Amino acid sequence: MASHQDFERSIGDVVARIGQLKELASERGLDVEAELKKLEARLEELRTETLESLTPMERVKIARHQQRPHSLDMMERVFTDFVELHGDRAFRDDPAVVCGWARLDGRSLMVIAQQKGRNTKENLKRNFAMMHPEGYRKALRMMRMAEKYGRPVITIIDTPAAYPGIGAEERGQAEAIARNLLEMSLIEVPILAAVIGEGGSGGALGLSVADRIVMLEYAIYSVISPEGCASILWKENTEEARSKAASALKLTAPDLLFLGVIDEVIGEPPGGAHEDWDATATALKESLTRNLADLDKRSVADLLDGRYAKYRKMGAWDGD
Amino acid sequence: MAWFRKEKKKLVKQKRELPADVWKKCDGCGEIIYREKLNENAGVCGKCGYHFRIGPADYARLLLDDALEKEYDSELRSVDPLEFVGPTPYAERYERAIKKGGTKEAVLTGAGHVEGMPVQFGVMDFGFIGGSMGSVVGEKIARVAERALDEKNPLIIVSASGGARMMEGVLSLMQMAKTSSALGRMHRSRLPYISILTHPTTGGVTASFAMLGDVIIAEPGALIGFAGPRVIEQTIGQELPDGFQRAEFLLEHGMVDIVVARPELKPTVSRLLQHMVG
Repeated sequence: MASHQDFERSIGDVVARIGQLKELASERGLDVEAELKKLEARLEELRTETLESLTPMERVKIARHQQRPHSLDMMERVFTDFVELHGDRAFRDDPAVVCGWARLDGRSLMVIAQQKGRNTKENLKRNFAMMHPEGYRKALRMMRMAEKYGRPVITIIDTPAAYPGIGAEERGQAEAIARNLLEMSLIEVPILAAVIGEGGSGGALGLSVADRIVMLEYAIYSVISPEGCASILWKENTEEARSKAASALKLTAPDLLFLGVIDEVIGEPPGGAHEDWDATATALKESLTRNLADLDKRSVADLLDGRYAKYRKMGAWDGD
Repeated sequence: MAWFRKEKKKLVKQKRELPADVWKKCDGCGEIIYREKLNENAGVCGKCGYHFRIGPADYARLLLDDALEKEYDSELRSVDPLEFVGPTPYAERYERAIKKGGTKEAVLTGAGHVEGMPVQFGVMDFGFIGGSMGSVVGEKIARVAERALDEKNPLIIVSASGGARMMEGVLSLMQMAKTSSALGRMHRSRLPYISILTHPTTGGVTASFAMLGDVIIAEPGALIGFAGPRVIEQTIGQELPDGFQRAEFLLEHGMVDIVVARPELKPTVSRLLQHMVG
């Protein structure tokens, strides 16, 4: 891929050498097959090693990687027959969240997905996937519609945060998120949440009160960004403080599985999701299909009791 | 709505939690106030109406007939689930907050009566690590909501919080879902929940139980919001207008039902409850 993070530099070097070798081979007609094979094997090895030795802050960077697949990239590979629906019927449409009917293996359901942009123009439109209150209200409208027709809901989470701005406050950002938390606990159809990139605090939670939460291996989910935490607790804006905060916050997928906040970690291809969107989508689709089939077996009462119990037991304390 | 107001009841005179100096300068108007008088007026300046911060026990006395008659779950303690390593370790900061006296966590919960009506009650303590919500706060709020459900009582929660307790990481975030789900059950059983917002109520507490009241009451001048003003200023790169995120601003934008001065809180809550369940 075109851009590489610091920890990917040695990977970048090998990729460059493979490129040079191929060029050399085509220019001069040399047989480089053996050398090429060795380099490709080394590349695979490096990618696996790199990922295994990542620090939490490096994982944060993968979760935010320029080339990481965003919601729509995954949706076009996982779902068919998508019909996007817009607006909260009160104020406006929030393009930071994409909603609509779609099919998973032929089955109709409602998808609600936070959408990042890949360039300035897109990000201007998508607001870096930072939703406004009307976005949360649009999402709730869609969940109610799904409930009306007995269709499950899949939410795809990838946001740095709910937007902190004047309009967002005026229109009740806190109320919109809180309302979704309450209503999602009572929605009488299965809700499945998939964290594919950044799970940014209340901004992510407002769409992810669910029966199951699955998470890509290098996605993160946190109460606050490492940057925010470093500036509040360490009162510093240095890479060192951010790294310390990222480690302290326990925001990686394996951490969250251990803490009982998520239900499943979906493995990413060698090098991370940004190296192979198709393979990532295949793994995501398999997980969504399997989890949904499982939730289908539950009655509405079991579903709601299970969802309540899931959140009811989260946390850790001493004393009775 | 003065013609609608009930006769003022004199507040029960008891020792309040303000420090024991004799005089205090008002942060609102600069007036020098006789402390005894300030205490009698529930920590509200008689001249300008400025609301000084009062403690959780003060709110219990102010709102309930005989203060908190039963306290719940006072023994719950955080266990530092992430073994959070910060400039000051969380465990150390937590111990210090407990030793400081007052409440043992950022929320006090229990049961009492409002003009004879049994209620379940919760009140937050901004003095305890900024009133932040970690596992214990979330658990206590969920439990008091479940008590309300069991006893078929109304629930009153007085909020004051800087948001989620980040030293408990994503587990503190999940308390937002936990408390909101518990209120969802109350909602389904048609039990009243009155949320009282005091200065300041922001972040994860606002974005969960604080904004979910059937009726939301705010104290005058209270800062109430999702994001803190500093974060917003940094994000948008401009100064915020005067009065932004204050109780009156929220009232104007339709986000709270009423702004009520502290001495009027109890009569207002009582009348509301009479309408809702009486």
